[in-house]
Amino acid sequence: MTSPEVWMIWPGNPALSLLILALLAMAFLYAARRPMHELIRSLGQALGGPLRMAARWLSAAANEIQQRNKAVLLAYGERETGQRLEREFERLGAMVTRELQGYPTLQRKLLDEITRIEEDYRKCGEVPPPPPDWTEAVAAIAGVKSSGNELVLKLLEEINRSIKGIHDKAIGEYRRSCESRHRILEGFMPFWRSLDRTLARVDRNLSGLVSSAGGIDSHMAKYEEIAAKTDKAQHALTVSAFTQFAIAALVMIVAAGGAFINFKLIALPMSEMVGAGDYLTSSLRTSEVAALVIILVEASMGLFLLEALRITHLFPRIGNLGERMRRRMLWIALVLLATLAGVEAALALMRDMLIADKQALLQSLATVQAAAGEGWVAHIPTAGQMLLGFILPFALAFVAIPLESLIHSGRTVGGVLLGALVRACAFALRFAGNVARHASRVLIRLYDVAIVVPLLIERLVKARPQAAAVDIDAERTHA
Amino acid sequence: MDRRSFLASLAALAAAGCGDSRAHAHAVYMLVDTSGTYAQEAGKAQLIVNYLLGTLQPGDSLAVARVQSRSFSEKDIIAKATFDTRPSQANAQKRAFRDKIDNALRNVGGSRYTDITGGLIQAAEYLNEAGAGTRTVIVFSDMQEELDKVTQRDFPISLKNIRVIAVNVVKLGTDNVDPRRYLGRLQAWEKRVVDAGASEWRVINDLQRLDRILAKS
Repeated sequence: MTSPEVWMIWPGNPALSLLILALLAMAFLYAARRPMHELIRSLGQALGGPLRMAARWLSAAANEIQQRNKAVLLAYGERETGQRLEREFERLGAMVTRELQGYPTLQRKLLDEITRIEEDYRKCGEVPPPPPDWTEAVAAIAGVKSSGNELVLKLLEEINRSIKGIHDKAIGEYRRSCESRHRILEGFMPFWRSLDRTLARVDRNLSGLVSSAGGIDSHMAKYEEIAAKTDKAQHALTVSAFTQFAIAALVMIVAAGGAFINFKLIALPMSEMVGAGDYLTSSLRTSEVAALVIILVEASMGLFLLEALRITHLFPRIGNLGERMRRRMLWIALVLLATLAGVEAALALMRDMLIADKQALLQSLATVQAAAGEGWVAHIPTAGQMLLGFILPFALAFVAIPLESLIHSGRTVGGVLLGALVRACAFALRFAGNVARHASRVLIRLYDVAIVVPLLIERLVKARPQAAAVDIDAERTHA
Repeated sequence: MDRRSFLASLAALAAAGCGDSRAHAHAVYMLVDTSGTYAQEAGKAQLIVNYLLGTLQPGDSLAVARVQSRSFSEKDIIAKATFDTRPSQANAQKRAFRDKIDNALRNVGGSRYTDITGGLIQAAEYLNEAGAGTRTVIVFSDMQEELDKVTQRDFPISLKNIRVIAVNVVKLGTDNVDPRRYLGRLQAWEKRVVDAGASEWRVINDLQRLDRILAKS
């Protein structure tokens, strides 16, 4: 008998052997049915129970994380909005102080102008003196009937002549008076213009105040929502944090590009200072690390500078420094940054010189000599490198702003992502627990399918006494 | 822990953290065959030296020596230098090295015998003393060793962890008659070098492929 045929109970007849083995297995499985069912059920519970328990624990942890995130986010939002409100109030206060400080002067100016206009107006109202009273006497004489009396005619003619003279004089005076009043009215114009300008300024200031008050209102509404810990405020803050995180990350990537260029500018010349043959690790030269350290020191100085300027608030201790000390720190950071920028510019120049020296050496070693340089054009890259070397440290200093944003928003983003991850794990564990429990049920059914023949026999055997009992009952009924 | 011991620990940590700078350095010893008719190939040797000067980095070492009737001698070293770690100084050293080689190879005179084995032993001695991480011997020769009756070289030599590169192995007149002589000569040298513990054996006849000299396999 060969080894593959060892299992054959009936040698040379695999089908019969297989049948006998199947029957034997069926009998054995039928006999072990109850303990096997219990075993499979227990296994399902043993697997599913802990998984579900872990899932519950993770769900609770996720809820806790969410609550903590919410608390941190709202606290941060409250602080930020509070600070913004404070700044708005300060701005408004400054505006009110600035504008209202000038209001007494403005008011005095307005009153002066109005008084002057009133006086001028009053002057405009002065009419020329009326004709003298004797005109009534003249009128009475004019009413005398002449009746051809020569004396009367002469008298009347004389009166007429003198009245004409008086009339012409009165007309002349009236015209002069009108002219002077027109001049006064003409003199109104600058005052009206000044009045108009003053009122426009007042209007502009008031509009600005109204607009600022509107901004404060919206900030206050947001602040109230945050203080009330509403879901809407939390959602708005979360979205804002994600946006800030994305923007800050983008700016940081750009800054990293700048830092890389900076690194390339100073890595080679640093080998002139610390040597090119020293290695910190198998592939990391000491000169490269030194260049990296210089860039990081520049970034740190930039950070301190912006902290001292109170643009960023990563180090509360710097923010809490006294005004005098803060100013000192600001100047120290600025001087160090400027010095490092100068060093970088010098290193950039040295890099160019080293490369030129290397090129000269290679050309002298080569069989074919290279053409000469192109005069001043060849100096453009050198100047560019020096300029870059000087500017990049200052540009890198501003990395502190996106860095602060990244750190603050990173807390929120990280918290949300962690919460989501924990929830996903809880779901996966719950799912696995349910699968284990249902798998045990399926296995029990499959087990029964495997021993379907003995189960059928069992059912028949159990059914026979009942059938016999039914027959006996029927016979008794007939009898 | 007092301040002094703290500083000492920091220094020790820094020293432990810093790798051995020589372990990253490359030391090259070039043997230039000046025997017989091969002395005419000295111009090509100059090309290779120039290539090495252009390629080796600050901190690397380079030595060029003649292969003569008996080459196990420091006197056969034409020029040697360990380049400064500062690039500007290294460049100055390279210029001086080139001038020295130019003068030496311009007035090369052919020797009667060719003691390649002696040169290899001398090269191994120099490279082991240099302590560089990568050690390479360049043998600029036709690899036809010819010794006088007195000189003894038939003993095992040690070239442990040294790369041996045979460059410009020209065919001799007899090789053209029977190429098996040439191939057999190279095989014999390969066996001898590998048995001596060399980390690599390579033959470069195309001088346009000099980059393979310093490239590890």
